[in-house]
Amino acid sequence: MFPTEEVVNLSRLQFGLTAMYHFLFVPLTLGLGLLLAIMESVYVMTGKEIYKDMTRFWGMLFGINFAMGVATGLPLEFQFGTNWAYYSHYVGDVFGVPLALEGLIAFFLEATLVGLFFFGWNRLTKVQHLTVTWLVALGANFSALFILVANGWMQHPVGAEFNYETMRMELKSFTEVFFNPVAQVKFVHTVSAGYVTGAMFVLGISAYYLLKGRDRAFAIRSFAVAAGFGLASALSVMVLGDESGYELGDVQKTKLAAIEAEWETHKAPAAFTVFGLPNQEKQTTEYAIKVPYVLGLIATRSVDKEVVGLKDLMARHEQRIRRGMIAYEALQKLRGGDESQPVQDTFELHKVDLGYALLLKRYTPNVVDATEAQIQQAVKDTIPHVATLYWSFRVMVGIGFLMLFIFVAAFYFTAVRSAWNQRWLLRLALYSIPLPWIAAEMGWIVAEYGRQPWTIAEVLPTFLSSSSLEASNVYVSLAAFVVFYTALLIAELYLVFKYARLGPSSLHTGRYHFEQRGRGTRSKEGAP
Amino acid sequence: MILDYETLKIIWWLFVGLLLIGFVLTAGFDLGIGTLLPFLGKKDEERRVIINTIGATWEGNQVWLVLGAGAVFAAWPLIYAAAFSGFYAAMLLALFALVIRPGGFAYRSKLSDPRWRSLWDWALFVGGVVPALIFGVAFGNLLQGVPFHYDDTLRSFYTGSFFALFNPFALLAGIVSVAMLVMHGGIFLQIRTEGEINARAKRAVMIFSGLFVVALALAGLWVAFGIDGYRVISMPDPNSSFTPLEKTVDKVTGAWLVNYRLYPWTVLAPVAGFAGAIIAWFLSQRNQAGSAFIASSLSLTGVVLTTGFAMFPFMMPSSSHPGHSLTVWDGVSSHLTLSWMFWATVVFLPVIIAYTSWVFRVLRGKVTVEDIRKDEHSAY
Repeated sequence: MFPTEEVVNLSRLQFGLTAMYHFLFVPLTLGLGLLLAIMESVYVMTGKEIYKDMTRFWGMLFGINFAMGVATGLPLEFQFGTNWAYYSHYVGDVFGVPLALEGLIAFFLEATLVGLFFFGWNRLTKVQHLTVTWLVALGANFSALFILVANGWMQHPVGAEFNYETMRMELKSFTEVFFNPVAQVKFVHTVSAGYVTGAMFVLGISAYYLLKGRDRAFAIRSFAVAAGFGLASALSVMVLGDESGYELGDVQKTKLAAIEAEWETHKAPAAFTVFGLPNQEKQTTEYAIKVPYVLGLIATRSVDKEVVGLKDLMARHEQRIRRGMIAYEALQKLRGGDESQPVQDTFELHKVDLGYALLLKRYTPNVVDATEAQIQQAVKDTIPHVATLYWSFRVMVGIGFLMLFIFVAAFYFTAVRSAWNQRWLLRLALYSIPLPWIAAEMGWIVAEYGRQPWTIAEVLPTFLSSSSLEASNVYVSLAAFVVFYTALLIAELYLVFKYARLGPSSLHTGRYHFEQRGRGTRSKEGAP
Repeated sequence: MILDYETLKIIWWLFVGLLLIGFVLTAGFDLGIGTLLPFLGKKDEERRVIINTIGATWEGNQVWLVLGAGAVFAAWPLIYAAAFSGFYAAMLLALFALVIRPGGFAYRSKLSDPRWRSLWDWALFVGGVVPALIFGVAFGNLLQGVPFHYDDTLRSFYTGSFFALFNPFALLAGIVSVAMLVMHGGIFLQIRTEGEINARAKRAVMIFSGLFVVALALAGLWVAFGIDGYRVISMPDPNSSFTPLEKTVDKVTGAWLVNYRLYPWTVLAPVAGFAGAIIAWFLSQRNQAGSAFIASSLSLTGVVLTTGFAMFPFMMPSSSHPGHSLTVWDGVSSHLTLSWMFWATVVFLPVIIAYTSWVFRVLRGKVTVEDIRKDEHSAY
């Protein structure tokens, strides 16, 4: 028996919520970490105190954010075991490796040195401290690399093979897993998005000081660093967007077709649907407005390769389900002790499709006795909910273009030395602070919701992956997560707002706005 | 793959032990100090002194837990799956306690409202004592065996209840764990503080090292006479790959002592556990905190090894279906995965130890009330 649908859905909700919550903090750590390293490099090279103040002030906000990143990362690593035990058994041999390496090579470095970033200013030489800051930023980026190698393997599981004796996927080539092209483009795309987040954060808050006419020297320099870094990062997110990873593997192709609500395969180059209302029932997109050539260029980087439509993909999936049933029958014989050569050969020949047969378990536990109607049901399950992907992707891309515009404008006006007079731009930058987070969360919805019905693409369906738990247990843990995480988020945001408003005066150097003209350093403005 | 499968299985059993020892020796004193915080720090400044003795290093220390979980996932996926889902409610309880802990360091002193600060002090206390207790309880359950079994697709089913996890022996193991980590934390505080707090820490070490020795002795007697150990009757070649469904196991009282009889040198582990604690107590009372810390580290290492040696080759015995128990031979990853992870660990673990030692050296020295006053705005 496998777990009830209720347990699976609750576990999905819990994992989705905790992962999205974790990713409120990760991108800022990635981006701000690197910005701190850049600012401190300028300090060490020029010896100008103001860059040290910048590093320390933005570093304080980094610290408030980092604490939550650490706190919320832990439940993610444990949840594979607590809620997704069958998944852990089935793919731990492969998936566990990048997770363990993340701890060993990346996170250990980052977490051990981050304390020295905050408390090492008077105990280290300038160059030592700068090295620490760079290593923290590097650790965060390596951390993202290994996590995305793990995640990329879920989308496109290369370098592994099913072993019928141990009933699990086993590692065949670590280099294939590590250099998985899907993982590599995902990594570049995700860390670039993190850099954009860091840049938008610094740009928006610096704009606030400029609007208020406070701490101008500090704000202008911060604004300039963020504008340059942000422009480069925004271009990187877009140009190196992970569309190119969508050519690989069945599930990635399905995701791409769903993002574009492409039900039919059209002749190359495919047109891009700017607007439309995808209808899952009728398998069509209503009121579609299309721009020729664009999708082909985005998705295949060519004008002669076609983008396969959902209906054709489903037809392929149906064949794979039928071949998978043959593999499943052979597997039953092998597990039952009949390890004769013909059975082995049959299994070897069809085992790449075994995962598709497992989709039938939802309707018939024996798989091999599936009726025609059940097979058709399973085929329908092989594509994700199209409208969700279609719209999440468009929100993400739309925000991406808006942010690119802001960074271009910020960079231009900084270059001509008048950014601080463009109040419209400063206001736009300030109110745009939440945008990178929305875009990033939408991106994860596209990537992970779009992976459904699989946890491991083409290998293991989601509904088979969870632990054998009682639903009541998961209700309680889910409720507790919501309560704890909401409370922590309120505390975090309160501190971020408070210290962002206070600005560099919170460093108590005596050089900044609230510390001058008899305003007092602590009583009124409330820095502890 | 220079090393054969059987050897790598044993090496990975040792590595997980090593990571666990890394965790108790470093994050262990953080948890112990969190537990002591409300009792040793009477005034806000004193509590800040205590928090700042570990404020810059607790994050790195906690990675031993992260890495430990990751390593179990990669090298012992069946154990990761069965244990974490079986102990579901307890695991999540420990996680929630750890989730509220970081704010106790990074947020607590960023506002001056005493209610805010007191809230985070409680978070540090809960974030210390609850995980310490639950990790002990988990090992108490592993020693007794856990009611779980597999179906033929190797899906695991836990058939016990949440409250069954908190049985008397497991609670005793929880007390052993809390007492030993508090002892360790108290000694660390002695090293890094002076005056009143130092004196209170010394008193805590006296109390908790005593409690620890008594609880450990009781647990030892209980293991010898009160609970069943497990013994493998038959299984396939340990150098081959096989599932937990292919062996036979029976339960025997006193089976957890068999390894000590077969390999008498293993008795050094429990000896270190007791002797280390007694020496730590003695040195702590004579204000030789540095040496006491080495002794208590020896003691903690001894306790981890004692459990490992007693259970070998079992890692997670099944009380309801002993044959399905997870052992060093069948709870494990494939040969290739173990091999890759082995080389990665051999290269990177020494690097970790090197930079961690450097960080502790840079940050060494006493934390005083004067330091807190001087760095009022930047200290935790």
